[in-house]
Amino acid sequence: MSSTDISLHKDVHLGHDDHHDDHDHDQSFIEKYIFSQDHKVIAKQFLFAGIFWAVIGGLLSSLFRMQLGFPEATFTFLEPILGKWVDGGKLNPEFYLALVTMHGTIMVFFVLTAGLSGTFSNFLIPLQIGARDMASGFMNMLSFWFFFLASVIMFYSLFLETGPAAGGWTVYPPLSALPQAISGSGAGMTMWLVSMALFIVSQLLGGVNYITTVINMRTRGLSMTKLPLTIWAFFLTAVLGLLAFPVLFSAALLLIFDRSFGTSFFLSDIYVAGEALTHTGGSPVLFQHLFWFLGHPEVYIVILPTFGIVSEIIATNSRKPIFGYRAMIGSMLGIALLSFVVWAHHMFVSGMNPFLGSVFMFLTLIIAVPSAVKVFNWIATLWRGNINFTTAMLFSVAFVSLFISGGVTGIILGNSALDIQLHDTYFVVAHFHLVMGSAAFFGMYAGVYHWFPKMFGRMMEEKLGYLHFWITFACVYLIFMPMHYIGIAGFPRRYYTWTGFETFNKFMDMNTFITIAAIVAFAAQFLFLFNFIYSIFRGRRATENPWKSNTLEWTTPVNPGHGNWPGPLPVVYRWPYDYSKPGAPEDFIPQNVPFSQTQSSNLPHERDTE
Amino acid sequence: MITIAVALSILLLLVTLYLLFKIQVLASIFKGSYRRDIGTSNKVNAGLFLAFLVVMGALFVWSFASSKEEMTLPLASEHGIAIDSMFWLTMAIIGFVFVLTHILLFVYSYKYQHKEGKRAYYYPHNNKIEIIWTVIPAVVMALLVFSGWKTWAKITSPAPDNAVVVEVMGKQFNWLIRYPGADNKLGHVKHTLIDATNEFGIDLNDKNAQDDFPAEPSAFHVPKGVPVLLKIRARDVIHSVFLPHFRVKMDAVPGMPTSFWFIPTKTTSEMQSETGNANFQYELACTEVCGRGHFAMKMTMIVDEPEEYQKWVAAQQQKTFSTQLQAAPADSTAAVALNSTSGAAGAGATASKQ
Repeated sequence: MSSTDISLHKDVHLGHDDHHDDHDHDQSFIEKYIFSQDHKVIAKQFLFAGIFWAVIGGLLSSLFRMQLGFPEATFTFLEPILGKWVDGGKLNPEFYLALVTMHGTIMVFFVLTAGLSGTFSNFLIPLQIGARDMASGFMNMLSFWFFFLASVIMFYSLFLETGPAAGGWTVYPPLSALPQAISGSGAGMTMWLVSMALFIVSQLLGGVNYITTVINMRTRGLSMTKLPLTIWAFFLTAVLGLLAFPVLFSAALLLIFDRSFGTSFFLSDIYVAGEALTHTGGSPVLFQHLFWFLGHPEVYIVILPTFGIVSEIIATNSRKPIFGYRAMIGSMLGIALLSFVVWAHHMFVSGMNPFLGSVFMFLTLIIAVPSAVKVFNWIATLWRGNINFTTAMLFSVAFVSLFISGGVTGIILGNSALDIQLHDTYFVVAHFHLVMGSAAFFGMYAGVYHWFPKMFGRMMEEKLGYLHFWITFACVYLIFMPMHYIGIAGFPRRYYTWTGFETFNKFMDMNTFITIAAIVAFAAQFLFLFNFIYSIFRGRRATENPWKSNTLEWTTPVNPGHGNWPGPLPVVYRWPYDYSKPGAPEDFIPQNVPFSQTQSSNLPHERDTE
Repeated sequence: MITIAVALSILLLLVTLYLLFKIQVLASIFKGSYRRDIGTSNKVNAGLFLAFLVVMGALFVWSFASSKEEMTLPLASEHGIAIDSMFWLTMAIIGFVFVLTHILLFVYSYKYQHKEGKRAYYYPHNNKIEIIWTVIPAVVMALLVFSGWKTWAKITSPAPDNAVVVEVMGKQFNWLIRYPGADNKLGHVKHTLIDATNEFGIDLNDKNAQDDFPAEPSAFHVPKGVPVLLKIRARDVIHSVFLPHFRVKMDAVPGMPTSFWFIPTKTTSEMQSETGNANFQYELACTEVCGRGHFAMKMTMIVDEPEEYQKWVAAQQQKTFSTQLQAAPADSTAAVALNSTSGAAGAGATASKQ
């Protein structure tokens, strides 16, 4: 925990030492880099914390993949690191479950929610809407520090003697409520719940800010229909978070009551560890409803920001307007709305009324339509473009590929009849790791590579980025494609080993292969980490608008100071996608260029505004 | 295999170090100014996308084809036929979409790579195309929903009256099976009655419980060709009954009994000859994480011809819970339960209803 702290302000400090804006002179070091209220600094804080968590989350997955890939091997070399969790070279099965649980929790919440939205919503909203900062800089600062506190607690829980939470990232009670049932449900689960409660506070503080800022602080001329798709995406993400996270909070609170104060919200008729408990009348399925009421919007909270990021990057680097701008907004709105009414497709075989299964199958499959529209629009944007493959663009194209590959299997899993066989198998694991895990990671990488020059005033090394991209892209498919086969064969999730079953005693080589691919993929991320840190200090210096992009953030100085624009705020005249407009001398026209200056390229309906 | 992993990691490390050196050189050349050419790298990346499509596409087809047999589990239930055919039909539809969109994505990426002096085509929208590719997926989805809903409704419909009832109870970390006996009614159970000998918490005051009998600890029997209704519960945490060969899955939830019915279509011995594996057994696995032994909750289900099944039942139903529990009262709780049974069956029946 202390190491995060040190690396945070150190990196941020050094990333900034080459600029001293007028606004900053009267600020102390602590105000400027630690308890900063500048959205750009807070964004970087989220980014560094997210990267820290991603390394931990990836490390955990490498550990449990080793167990799955080499079930017969003895890992004595891990004993010095993991202590009693490795006994005679064998991973403790409860520790295995803890690894899976923490990998999920960390990746979904700490990396792909806080790390992704925290970084890009914070960084881009004020810059792209032409605002000096967030609506409330102070709340924004609190948002990070609540997240930091949540992180410290979650990180600390990894080192508890009874281990961190181990009942799966979905923490279904009664398992998560009963320390007798699994040791991770002791102190580890308490810390998980406390950490998540703080995390939710952080998300709400951030979300309120994002929404308020987008609604109220757009610069002159920037109507909602001229917003870059990134902002639309961040805006809708924040709305989803604001509506969904309180429900998780209530579920966590009720679980805390059941665990510590003897209530029976989720517990009923339980006999465990030689003792009949007094709880009656509770329903474990109620928790699942509450959890997935957040849980499903949560996967869109993870993926929506990357929709925006990728749309922006694909348009910029194809040198073409995004195809169907309004359809893109409409489909995001549709997805955001529908995401609230599909949650029970995670529960087809939970024992809930089968009639609900029919309703949720119907609603779930509808959501495929706006998702399909988005994919077609991205592909149409590439069509007859003039594509410049920056690293960000590579990740964006790959994002579309991963989103398709993971998305189509959602049509199978959303069908309740088919879900009977596939529920909780590796087919599900493969599906969501492609569609929301890898795809969201790719979107995040795309965003980092694309906006790095604006964040740090320097460029990332492109060749190293290409290498990072191609290894990662290939490995992601090598990992998750074969997982579908294993899932079709019925291999259940969260199994320490499958060798006990005759039915699942196959695909050994496949699992070994997946593990090797996973470790190579993890190792390749250090190329990124190296490139990232190296480029902060030594990267080539960036120009103001290195990608020849239209949005407002590129009209700021190379290293924007506190307040973003040294002079008056820019005024917006046009939508953000005037790329390769016929008649224009350049192949891009920034949003702040009035129509009166572009008479050669104005379309008939734009002539009135000259 | 570990050596391969280590070797790969070392290789990767070396590559990293080499690049580190190269970057150092590049950085010293370019430092201070930024100038970007769209040059060879762009062509290489565009080409790699095409290569990726071809190589990974071929790998996918090859690996899928060669694993197809291993990944398809033999099927032994009636509703499974509908599930399997719908699964492969849906796979074909999404496979088509998957291939088509990937060809477009990667071929366009290659074809429309940057060329000096070329200009992209300003094409912001086309409502007609948008409507077409909104409507087509919507129609396909509607068809899939409809067929899925029909199958789902059939599978989850109430079990026929003649169904053979079997109770499956999950606990950490094994499955316990109970049959209702001659009256075809499962006796009343209560979690406070559970102890080391009365693992179900059977209330012996209930007359329906008198003829209930268990299966052997490692295997239970069901007849072929007859609806089998699994009554599913759990006594500690959530478990999930998964019979992969029967396309059956249902959570076992403490405090909330669930059920699933199906018709087995092949006996164990038929499946043994079909798969050519003399040791083949239908296995029941747990698919909801339930703790340390989650991966080891195995139970064998033996599907018999109806006559054999009746023979097994005739033999097994001698070993009712009530005789077993009366023979070996392990502790006071069981003893109390037993005493009250012998006291007054009528009073007991009233008590169990409370």
